Amino acid sequence: MQLYGTEITSRLLLGTAQYPSPAVLTEAVKASGTEIITVSLRRETADGSGTAFWQDLQKTGCRILPNTAGCHSVQEAVTTARMARELFDTPWIKLEVIGHSDTLQPDVFGLVEAARMLSSEGFQVFPYTTDDLVVGEKLLEAGCEVLMPWGAPIGSGQGLRNPDALRAMRAHFPDVPLVVDAGIGRPSDAAQAMELGMDAVLLNTAVAKAGDPAGMARAMALAVEAGRAGFTADPMERRDMAVPSTPVLGMAEFA
Amino acid sequence: MKIIVNAKPHEISASDLQSALRELGFAGSSVATALNGTFVARGQRAEVQLAEGDQLEVLAPMQGG
Repeated sequence: MQLYGTEITSRLLLGTAQYPSPAVLTEAVKASGTEIITVSLRRETADGSGTAFWQDLQKTGCRILPNTAGCHSVQEAVTTARMARELFDTPWIKLEVIGHSDTLQPDVFGLVEAARMLSSEGFQVFPYTTDDLVVGEKLLEAGCEVLMPWGAPIGSGQGLRNPDALRAMRAHFPDVPLVVDAGIGRPSDAAQAMELGMDAVLLNTAVAKAGDPAGMARAMALAVEAGRAGFTADPMERRDMAVPSTPVLGMAEFA
Repeated sequence: MKIIVNAKPHEISASDLQSALRELGFAGSSVATALNGTFVARGQRAEVQLAEGDQLEVLAPMQGG
């Protein structure tokens, strides 16, 4: 899979928030086999906790995808992105412009505007968006080369609320990398996303809040791999009625 | 002069952003800065003069999803 010209092998992207400890986070990152981890920017504290965290992250060897989580306006998101580019030394930005603080639904109007500004400044934008096709088109026009539709609200673990919409996205944007971002709760959700032809999934809470985060990270990696293999193997069509799999011809007659 | 750093008031003697960061204890930290809502790149910090009541944001890498 290529994301902005970078070849990526693992189709699982992992968030770094909400783990019980830095050690558990490191174990989970390793177990997931991910090559891309998401991070945020927050006010630095007097004890330099952010700087220490950054040193831990660099040891993972993963690519960093900084986010603009929590930004509710274009201005906030754009300023945060500029700060992230300097801090993490990457043009990649997971662009979030949040419309509602309860649903954390993207403000797609602000998203398109911020994506246009950042793309023109040389950023490589990974927009957290809905599954709306028109919004997807506008984001591509704005310069995005990747789309990250939600599966369900952030942190909800509900799985894919609207698989048909994701299927439509796949059909409508056959050549655009699609990453399901948000809403994955279980390995079966991740597998389902991949079976629909999504190129990757990005998840955080499902692993961080599992009883055994490293175990769940491994399960997610296997699910993503299985789902992808299932998609490329071209699944059979569904049928409404039973069709015998064992041949009927040659059956003995005992009556 | 008094400026607001990460939402808290601080009394500083430095007049430019780079010296202020040193005075505030951020010299050895991985941080990015924004002054009054506008990003200030690392290379510009020495040239940016501070004024009374300025709002400075000093951000660092943090866990995120």
